[in-house]
Amino acid sequence: MGINATLFGQMITFLVFILFTMKFVWPPIKQAMSERQKRIADGLASAERSQHELELAKERAAEHIREAKAQAGEIIERANRQGASIVDEAREEARTVAEREKAAAEARIEQEVSQARAELRREVSQLAITGASRILEREVDPKAHQQMLDELAEQV
Amino acid sequence: MASSATEYVTHHLEHLTVGDGFWTLHIDTLIVSWVLGLIFLGLFYGVARKASVESPGGLQNIIESCVEFIDQQVSDSFNGPKDFVAPLALTIFVWVLFWNLMDLIPVDLFPEIMKLFGVEYVRILPSADMNATFGLSLTVLVLIIIYSIKGKGAKGFGKEMFCHPFGSHPALWPANLLLNIVEMIAKPVSLGMRLFGNLYAAEIIFILIALLPIWAQWVPGVAWAIFHILVIPLQAFIFMVLTIVYLSLAYESH
Repeated sequence: MGINATLFGQMITFLVFILFTMKFVWPPIKQAMSERQKRIADGLASAERSQHELELAKERAAEHIREAKAQAGEIIERANRQGASIVDEAREEARTVAEREKAAAEARIEQEVSQARAELRREVSQLAITGASRILEREVDPKAHQQMLDELAEQV
Repeated sequence: MASSATEYVTHHLEHLTVGDGFWTLHIDTLIVSWVLGLIFLGLFYGVARKASVESPGGLQNIIESCVEFIDQQVSDSFNGPKDFVAPLALTIFVWVLFWNLMDLIPVDLFPEIMKLFGVEYVRILPSADMNATFGLSLTVLVLIIIYSIKGKGAKGFGKEMFCHPFGSHPALWPANLLLNIVEMIAKPVSLGMRLFGNLYAAEIIFILIALLPIWAQWVPGVAWAIFHILVIPLQAFIFMVLTIVYLSLAYESH
């Protein structure tokens, strides 16, 4: 027991140890730790950033989908409209064509009727002449009685 | 039995010495503390040299948490450049912790081993040697003075020594100086005595337990050792924190 020269030995040792720790131990460990801290902080920050970006991208994608849906709806509607109008047009055209055909047919019928009538008239007048000539037993000059015959035919 | 018990205790409290009088060297204290210090430096230097940023291994984790803990303590109490104070605190904490751990080695183990080599006395607990604890605390005193001058300037330090706490009247200078010197000396004395006293008492208790019959030793031995697991880091921690606080008080003007 008691204080002696060991004290100085210990003091010197202590100083040497402190200096060694200060030079070779503390700085590298501390540096590695702060470096790691920085990296972790960076990693977290970048993770957060990518999270944010992911959310943005999701939003953008949803927007795109919404737009595409709207566009598709519009296209379908337009197609429907167009289809309907095509059908309408077709129907209209068909009706016109039918009417035209009908009109033409009616005209033709009319014409045939009038033709038949004229034929009939002619035949009637012929018949009348023939009948008359039979009755009169002689030839009737159709020319002389043409006017009368025509008037007769007109009445038929 | 009484005389042999006394003999046993005093034998265990005898240092392995070289030299005479004041120039005696406690070879056991010196060698054990050097070996422990070299283990500390080797361990920490080994990790520091290939400290990995990406994948710290098990040992590196332990050492880093130790460094982190010390750094936190220093940052909490010391508001100055930490380039020196933090390594100082680390050295104190780990070195003193290793010293104190020697207390848990059975008291007869090393004396018996050394007896085989013809060495009669050996004490392997440096903290129970006042030379070791005062070696630390007197170094801390020197650092307190250096930091006082560094922090406040030679003039500020002188002013504090002469003009506090009673006042700056020249008639009060001797009283101020006396009080400040007492205060300044009290710091390393209390630091050194606290560590020494705790570990010396602990060692004596272990020696006394070793005097019990062998079948009765384990109960008090285990109890005291478990209690000591608390005391060992606590004393190292107290020594370190008080050193930081003293240096911080010295560095800041108040």
